[in-house]
Amino acid sequence: MAADGTLAAGAPRTAGHGRATTLERFARRRSTIAFMMTLPLILVVAGLVAYPAGYGMYLSTLNRRMTENIGFGNFEILFDSDTFWNVAWQSCIFAITAVVLKALIGFWLAHMLHDIPAKGQRKWRGMLLIPWVIPPALSTLGWWWMFDPSYGSINWLFSVVGGPQIPWLGEPWWARASIIIVNVWYGAPFFMIMYLAALKSVPDQLYEAAAIDGATGLQRLRYVTLPMMANIISITVLFSLIVTFANYDIVRVLTNGGPRDLTHVFASYAFQVGILSGNIPRGAAVSLFMFPILAICAFFVLRGVTRRNKEQM
Amino acid sequence: MAQVTLRKIVKEYEGGVQAVKGIDLDIADHEFVVLVGPSGCGKSTTLRMIAGLEEITSGDIAIGGALVNDIPPRDRDIAMVFQNYALYPHMTVYDNMAFGLMLRKFDKGEIRRRVENAARILDIGMLLDRKPKALSGGQRQRVAMGRAIVRDPKVFLFDEPLSNLDAKLRVQMRTEIKKVHQTVKTTTVYVTHDQIEAMTLADRVVVMNHGVIEQVGPPQELYHHPATKFVAGFIGSPAMNFIPVRLEQGGAALNLELPGGIVLPVPADRTRRYTPHIGRELLFGLRPEHLTEVRPNDHRENMAVFEAVPEVVEPMGMETLLHFWMEGAEICARIDPATPAEPGRGLPLAADMNQMHLIDPKTDRVL
Ligand SMILES: Nc1ncnc2c1ncn2[C@@H]1O[C@H](COP(=O)(O)OP(=O)(O)OP(=O)(O)O)[C@@H](O)[C@H]1O
Ligand SMILES: [Mg+2]
Repeated sequence: MAADGTLAAGAPRTAGHGRATTLERFARRRSTIAFMMTLPLILVVAGLVAYPAGYGMYLSTLNRRMTENIGFGNFEILFDSDTFWNVAWQSCIFAITAVVLKALIGFWLAHMLHDIPAKGQRKWRGMLLIPWVIPPALSTLGWWWMFDPSYGSINWLFSVVGGPQIPWLGEPWWARASIIIVNVWYGAPFFMIMYLAALKSVPDQLYEAAAIDGATGLQRLRYVTLPMMANIISITVLFSLIVTFANYDIVRVLTNGGPRDLTHVFASYAFQVGILSGNIPRGAAVSLFMFPILAICAFFVLRGVTRRNKEQM
Repeated sequence: MAQVTLRKIVKEYEGGVQAVKGIDLDIADHEFVVLVGPSGCGKSTTLRMIAGLEEITSGDIAIGGALVNDIPPRDRDIAMVFQNYALYPHMTVYDNMAFGLMLRKFDKGEIRRRVENAARILDIGMLLDRKPKALSGGQRQRVAMGRAIVRDPKVFLFDEPLSNLDAKLRVQMRTEIKKVHQTVKTTTVYVTHDQIEAMTLADRVVVMNHGVIEQVGPPQELYHHPATKFVAGFIGSPAMNFIPVRLEQGGAALNLELPGGIVLPVPADRTRRYTPHIGRELLFGLRPEHLTEVRPNDHRENMAVFEAVPEVVEPMGMETLLHFWMEGAEICARIDPATPAEPGRGLPLAADMNQMHLIDPKTDRVL
């Protein structure tokens, strides 16, 4: 704010003709400059996010042939449909379970990596990141083969050690678990790398101080590591929640929603309804449901982050 | 009962670097011992081994009579103040200080009593609800000390606690630390590379160099009777002058022959001590404060006067420093600021030979 004033007050006087024009002063304002510099991004966001979102809302109010506006008709039909509630339920269970598992496994991996001396660490870090850099559609295809009940490697391994034969993708609960497994396998490295960076930013002396203060390893984790990482953890969880909630490719490739539409999530169901069954407005209505749920999550997480930021650092 | 005993302590880091090469040290109960030495001499390593943050390669450490070689830091009953304070950024000042007590399952009332008592000693009562972020450097320093005090441990360990503070605050906090020690009387090991801090705080100073102890003693003893050339040069500021000389017999007395034909008489009470070294090339050590202007009516004995031409004159206010060169050796003298001195003009200087040191250049030991 002070800079705003100095710029506006200092610059015009040197402009030669005594008094600067209003336009000139406007152009020199810091907020104007800031706006101009972020304009490209604003345009991108408007073109690729705001416009499709607005268009999606508009679409969701049309009838199937998109000839007339039926208001909330699509939503009413969805609310009455068991399949839709299944999808909503499945989306939430899927996203929450997967994110929690990813967070836990990522945290554990990050800790393991953090304890490896620097030289070996790079090698391991690189290897552990592989699941995250393979295009998920391809790796999911690989998993799909592995899950195959009679020819897949997983059941074969089970048979070798005398374990049970599992109908991975054929039985609803196993299918749900399979989707979560693949998503966790794909997403945990992201958590790992974020947490590793956060772990590295905690000064060693805090741990030493805690060790001298009498903290055991577990207490150091609880009273030093976790509070110091709280922001990274919540931002990573939020980010992952959004991405996982909107996940499409894994479900599409692995189960295609089956068996009996029981493993659909919002995105794959929207695709199913909108594109495959040709009811674009209703598909749009399905996909719009993700928005309020995620907005509420984002609100609470970001509020926590801002509060902690103000208090610390 | 909290003496600290180090026996033949060796620390070898991975890669074969010997940071500490077998030191022995006995620290008495209630004593304030300062480890001082140049950067990299192994002070921090020694302190961290006492704390248990660094494993010892060989040797024994005992605290309060009990061997602690394999005891983790949390069971050693010590408290440590770090150079950058290491306060927990997410906790308030109160929680920072209470943390150690909470982990040790003290009851709430006792914790409150101790924290408030420490806050009173350190005058930080009004800061208890703040986070470290909202504190100045000096305040953080106090909180770090408070965290140590509330624990009422057997030993305080300080690792350069004042080096992040500005000069004025450093002097103030130095006094504060001294005051706290006089109040709580906890055995203290304090690491610094600042010899003035060492001299002002310590009951005994431990001078370290290259991983070994050069000398241990009260500050005055180190100043007046350094055991080695390193200690002689390290303690005192500006540092002691070293001039190559030849020790010669001159009748009944001994003389030092300085470069440039100057001859300085050795005080008679040193004759016995130095006689075995007659004829040898030695190093003559004299502190700048013992090389002064010639004062009229100066009746002290054994003042040797010679003429010197200063090349640099540094008026410091309460004194003036003269620098001149004698056959490659830079010599510094401290004279009264009222004495007229200018570069390039010779003036007589008086060397107080009672304060002289002779060093064997082969062993670097003071004779
Ligand atoms: N983790 C380590 N690995 C290998 N060498 C180390 C390690 N820590 C310290 N050293 C070496 O040990 C020696 C002593 O280090 P130390 O930190 O004890 O010095 P110091 O006396 O505290 O110095 P300063 O005044 O700079 O803090 C140094 O030569 C240093 O390079
Ligand atoms: Mg150090």
